[in-house]
Amino acid sequence: MAVCVAVIAKENYPLYIRSVPTENELKFHYMVHTSLDVVDEKISAMGKALVDQRELYLGLLYPTEDYKVYGYVTNSKVKFVMVVDASNTALRDNEIRSMFRKLHNSYTDVMCNPFYDPGDRIQSSRAFDGMVTSMMIQVC
Amino acid sequence: MEGLTLSDAEQKYYSDLFSYCDSESTKKVAAHGRVLELFRAAQLPSDVVHQIMELCGATRLGYFGRSQFYIALKLVAVAQSGFPLRVESINTVKDLPLPRFVASKNEQESRHAASYSSDSENQGSYSGVIPPPPGRGQVKKGSTSHDTVQPRTSADQQEPVSPVVSPQQSPPTSPHTWRKHSRHPSGGNSERPLAGPGPFWSPFGEAQSGSSAGDAVWSGHSPPPPQENWVSFADTPPTSTLLTMHPASVQDQTTVRTVASATTANEIRRQSSSYDDPWKITDEQRQYYVNQFKTIQPDLNGFIPGSAAKEFFTKSKLPILELSHIWELSDFDKDGALTLDEFCAAFHLVVARKNGYDLPEKLPESLMPKLIDLEDSADVGDQPGEVGYSGSPAEAPPSKSPSMPSLNQTWPELNQSSEQWETFSERSSSSQTLTQFDSNIAPADPDTAIVHPVPIRMTPSKIHMQEMELKRTGSDHTNPTSPLLVKTSDLSEENKINSSVKFASGNTVDGYSSSDSFTSDPEQIGNNVTRQRSHSGMSPDNTAPPPPPPRPQPSHSRSSSLDMNRTFSVTTGQQQAGVVAQPPAVPPRPQPSQAAGPVVHRPVDADGLITHTSTSPQQIPEQPNFADFSQFEVFAASNVNEEQDDEAEKHPEVLPVEKASDPASSLRVAKTDSKIEEKTAASAPANVSKGTTPLAPPPKPVRRRLKSEDELRPEVDEHTQKTGVLAAVLASQPSIPRSVGKDKKAIQASIRRNKETNTVLARLNSELQQQLKDVLEERISLEVQLEQLRPFSHL
Repeated sequence: MAVCVAVIAKENYPLYIRSVPTENELKFHYMVHTSLDVVDEKISAMGKALVDQRELYLGLLYPTEDYKVYGYVTNSKVKFVMVVDASNTALRDNEIRSMFRKLHNSYTDVMCNPFYDPGDRIQSSRAFDGMVTSMMIQVC
Repeated sequence: MEGLTLSDAEQKYYSDLFSYCDSESTKKVAAHGRVLELFRAAQLPSDVVHQIMELCGATRLGYFGRSQFYIALKLVAVAQSGFPLRVESINTVKDLPLPRFVASKNEQESRHAASYSSDSENQGSYSGVIPPPPGRGQVKKGSTSHDTVQPRTSADQQEPVSPVVSPQQSPPTSPHTWRKHSRHPSGGNSERPLAGPGPFWSPFGEAQSGSSAGDAVWSGHSPPPPQENWVSFADTPPTSTLLTMHPASVQDQTTVRTVASATTANEIRRQSSSYDDPWKITDEQRQYYVNQFKTIQPDLNGFIPGSAAKEFFTKSKLPILELSHIWELSDFDKDGALTLDEFCAAFHLVVARKNGYDLPEKLPESLMPKLIDLEDSADVGDQPGEVGYSGSPAEAPPSKSPSMPSLNQTWPELNQSSEQWETFSERSSSSQTLTQFDSNIAPADPDTAIVHPVPIRMTPSKIHMQEMELKRTGSDHTNPTSPLLVKTSDLSEENKINSSVKFASGNTVDGYSSSDSFTSDPEQIGNNVTRQRSHSGMSPDNTAPPPPPPRPQPSHSRSSSLDMNRTFSVTTGQQQAGVVAQPPAVPPRPQPSQAAGPVVHRPVDADGLITHTSTSPQQIPEQPNFADFSQFEVFAASNVNEEQDDEAEKHPEVLPVEKASDPASSLRVAKTDSKIEEKTAASAPANVSKGTTPLAPPPKPVRRRLKSEDELRPEVDEHTQKTGVLAAVLASQPSIPRSVGKDKKAIQASIRRNKETNTVLARLNSELQQQLKDVLEERISLEVQLEQLRPFSHL
């Protein structure tokens, strides 16, 4: 369903970014980059006292004419950004949530791998790649 | 596949080759292992080989049956002759020379292959040429393998060059790396049929290209049997068994091999090894793995933490990327730690990798952590990948044949459950109930330990009870979110509540509505609840646990409906568990009390019925009032009511049968009223007011009522004082500990206050008990007098 999936580290550098290859990927990278501001804004809006109440799923960050960008942030400030096609109206919020959940789980599995250095690019996990592919293939 | 016509020479050649490849005599040749070697030895480009395999149907079947094998060989010959590969060409091309498999084995083989075409009596030599399958049957064919080793060895060393498929030549350094490992032959796992590429080579072409591409990978082939590789980073001394078991390894260890010899030896080894499931762990291997596991984790049922495993496997000098992938495959439950099974699987994969086998995409079945049982060789020889070392029957592996996928299927379930869990946490985090619940747990006060306040059945009205509970729960819900404030306001609230008790239903309604206004101040209500709780704790008849914390306003609709049900259904002061999610259930104390009241009174005194009933209705409406803060004020204002309440409360012993706290208290109230006919009227309102006075803890109002009654009888003043004390105590009741959830100091303060209140109430209780006794004595005396007077009246 997603056109582009990105995992952004706490320091706002990408750990993993993958787009549907047909498009101009740079555009997606740029969208993800700009969405980081929105994510930070949403995080800070929650308030410090309600950190534990903060919802991990941020929802629609911002829409463009062609795409919609959804965000999800973990408690360790790792952000997942997903760009979906705006014309895909059948995509419901629940589905986006479940996709983020899957992303989160896969990311956790990658983290559990002792050979993975937190902060490194996620390039070694085939399971993660497979999961992202499954999410993206659906678009095509 | 079309019919294949073979010449006699071809027939013999093919059958020999087939039997060579079919070391397990299963009439099937896995599409790997020797067949692969054979085809590669045919010096055909990999794509051609691939094509051949497809044509003969092996890829379709997954293995080479005899016919497929023959066809494949024929196609090899066709290809080698330069003819295009067509299925028809099998039969159309005449006079095909026998397929040449150059350097696949040794010179003898090639010589024999050549001789085959011309000579038909090659079987003997051919068989001699073809290295016997020492691989799998090393243990069993030790002697034969030794024999074969000799000629092979010589042949190997004689083999000047390995014109074989390029991949074999690619790693000139392979022997070196391999030799490095050979220095440390491992112990015990010589039997490992590592060479059996098994599923590895299912992507036949890929394997070749991949192997050609990866020098490092390929070098794994040349190295000695995996055992040595393990040892390379395990640093275990070689064992003689290794040497004897694996002729190739013997050679490797002892000889300085040229590239060619190394590659050929590797080839031979590979060919000789079984094409069975290469992922199957043999007993020796498993034992070795277990020993290694023990070095890290003595407890075989324990885990190896990720860090330790990382260090261990890093010693294997595999690239981190591959180790990461191996981990991904072997850590079945994704817990960041390796069990024995997982560790064996990982170790096996590492060994395989070091020997050049590509890592599978999914964990092979034989490596999947199953039972700890040792491998079951029953399925050896079946299709690769189906053998489970755990001994599971062939049927089981197929069910799991998509090894990882099947696991992955379970994982999604787990993930879903975890997702659900996540959802729950998210949901709960988003809602306030979770935090409220936590704060509800905060109070350590034993009386308030049951987080939820027990609604005091002060008033007989069920509806009011419900409303009160609702209000209370609602306020309780808001409690945690609101900071611990309002100590003073609590006081006023308590007063209001107490006072509300005295009022009739109308008042209660008002009081109740006023309590609504206080919902925003959950602490106060919580305080009331707390007080009620403490009362309940103190009251001997109070068996109902405190009701759950008040629910947030929006959820009132639901909770109210439930409360209604519960209120009407519960006749004893049951405690609706203080689960935040549940609507606070108000123990329908007033009902039982009311019901019990009349019942009690009847046996006790018929006269009291009237008064009792008169009081009970008043009590009922008053009960909800106890939750009403406005009632507290009223209570504080009126001492008389307190007295009456005290009296009522003082009769708990009179009606020990009557169950729970408030109902009992109300009963007592009624009873005392009945006893005190002259004071009935006064006591009734007093009872009501009293009952509602200690609104904070449900029992408290009850007690108040009793107290008021007692005081009414003997001495109003005393009771008044006591109730006043009680009221004061209640008034000073700190905010509900629940709200302190977020403020430990506040919690402790509230705990302190509650304890103080408890002590005060205990004292009060004892005093009231004393008063009760006095009252009873007076009553007895009065009765005696009455009896004495009666006869006179009749006169």
